[in-house]
Amino acid sequence: MSADAQRSGAGPSGTATGLDAPDRPANGPTFQALSTGRKIKNHAATVLVTLAFLIALVPLVWVLVTVVGRGVGAILSADWWGRSLNGVLPESYAGGVYHAIYGTLIQALLAAVIAVPIGIAAAVYLVEYGRGRLARTTSFMVDILAGVPSIVAALFVFAAFISIMGGVQSAFMVSLALVLLMLPVVIRNTEEMLRLVPDELREASYALGIPKWKTIIRIVLPTALSGTVTGVMLALARVMGETAPVLVLVGYSQSINFDPFSGNMASLPLLMFSELSNPEPAGQYRIWGAALTLILIIMILQLGASVVSRFSAISK
Amino acid sequence: MAKRLDLKDVDIYYGDFHAVAGVNLSVAPRSVTSFIGPSGCGKSTVLRTLNRMHEEIPGARVDGEVLLDGEDIYDRGADAVAVRRTIGMVFQRPNPFPTMSIRDNVVAGLKLAGVRDKKKLDEVCEASLRGANLWKEVSGRLDKPGGGLSGGQQQRLCIARAIAVAPDVLLMDEPCSALDPISTLAIEDLIADLKKDYTIVIVTHNMQQAARVSDQTAFFNLEATGKPGKLVEIDDTEKIFSNPKEQATEDYISGRFG
Ligand SMILES: Nc1ncnc2c1ncn2[C@@H]1O[C@H](COP(=O)(O)OP(=O)(O)OP(=O)(O)O)[C@@H](O)[C@H]1O
Ligand SMILES: [Mg+2]
Repeated sequence: MSADAQRSGAGPSGTATGLDAPDRPANGPTFQALSTGRKIKNHAATVLVTLAFLIALVPLVWVLVTVVGRGVGAILSADWWGRSLNGVLPESYAGGVYHAIYGTLIQALLAAVIAVPIGIAAAVYLVEYGRGRLARTTSFMVDILAGVPSIVAALFVFAAFISIMGGVQSAFMVSLALVLLMLPVVIRNTEEMLRLVPDELREASYALGIPKWKTIIRIVLPTALSGTVTGVMLALARVMGETAPVLVLVGYSQSINFDPFSGNMASLPLLMFSELSNPEPAGQYRIWGAALTLILIIMILQLGASVVSRFSAISK
Repeated sequence: MAKRLDLKDVDIYYGDFHAVAGVNLSVAPRSVTSFIGPSGCGKSTVLRTLNRMHEEIPGARVDGEVLLDGEDIYDRGADAVAVRRTIGMVFQRPNPFPTMSIRDNVVAGLKLAGVRDKKKLDEVCEASLRGANLWKEVSGRLDKPGGGLSGGQQQRLCIARAIAVAPDVLLMDEPCSALDPISTLAIEDLIADLKKDYTIVIVTHNMQQAARVSDQTAFFNLEATGKPGKLVEIDDTEKIFSNPKEQATEDYISGRFG
């Protein structure tokens, strides 16, 4: 039954159009109480939507409860945040994962240092300057890049930088693969934020005799800043959990390695992966601990993103 | 300060669409000229060609000459940025920069042009806000965001911002269309004041406003949709409103338009 039909069926006047409204009986109530049919439907819809929401919540809560339940012991242990696994035997519960935390952070940071300026510049080009062929091609490439699976990005970096250019496996190679994964996210997000900046602001700036490049740097980008920063942080959070690049492009190390340009380096996903082949219960213990640690780091980033967007939000 | 504007055979296009045809008019220094006419006849388009804002729209183009004190602003050597520095603009909808404080909004033009001298900036800020009749209302909260003002205050803030860079000509596109009668009056008073120093061109749909504020009125019209808009006549405001030469003007003014 369409809404209209329902409405006309419910009212005593039975008029579907407002045109003959004056013919309505003068003494009857204008607004009828909700009809029973509509009440039932309303309730049914509410129940359904709530149910769907709860069902969607189940896996989320399940994962969270499992990870927290199994990982909390590890992350509360004294050495977890301040030691590496250097010299720790597979069956031992000693040691910590700070080498892997460092690896995850430095790899993501290096990726951001490369991807953010390029991504923002590309977005500025697409939004502010891009017309014609080059812009369309760039935009198309970004779409393709966005669909590249992380393993392909990793293999590409391996082929291009290690096989062909003779580089060595290192954390930096991982960062390069992460750059490929971050770029489309940063570009698309920044693009969206820049398009949200009303043209009136650009025109207001031009009308003051401010050149275009300065308008972009001083007016447009600051206006889009909070959204851009949020996007960058979310992109970072995403690539931190990427596993394929660390499996392909860097070796695992039980001890700390501060140098991202050479040697093996652990990261949280890589540590989890290598502990998978550890048959001892301590392996499980460390996997869940690392999983919880990774989730915590990503949560902190996302919280940071929302704080940033709150603080620098366009002031009302 | 205040310069004269002359338009000679100006044709304006949006891509293939011929929006306005054959405009010839002159604006004397230290005078107010208003553009009136039905919606879509090209008033904003003409106004936006006066400071080369028109060319920001992809495919938009202007033929003919727009002379500022005899100098063609569309000359090959003329820099659009320099032109806009001399010919300021206030838009229909107030558009303060949302990330900036009231003070920074007012001096944005100077600051972004590289003026660092804090004392000078403060002076200009106060003078412009006084000039825009806004100083009393905001002097206590210059560091608050410009977006926090009322619509009328925002519009006056935009006027202050436009006059802070000391242009020779000020263009206003329906500056009061979003404002209440009191703010409108404040802005009309302001225009009367600004006239002492600036050449002003204002677009308005409000006949009384045109009659009140302008020395000279230009009536634009459209012969038919799809045809380019034309300047029907331009004359002293008094003449246009009492005794126009063209029947079309008379019809429009007396509301017999259509
Ligand atoms: N960006 C644009 N691209 C293409 N055509 C445009 C553009 N802006 C305006 N036009 C067209 O140019 C003509 C004149 O428009 P303009 O905005 O100058 O009218 P106006 O007289 O200012 O109208 P109003 O009183 O409603 O503001 C209209 O036919 C309009 O459709
Ligand atoms: Mg207009």
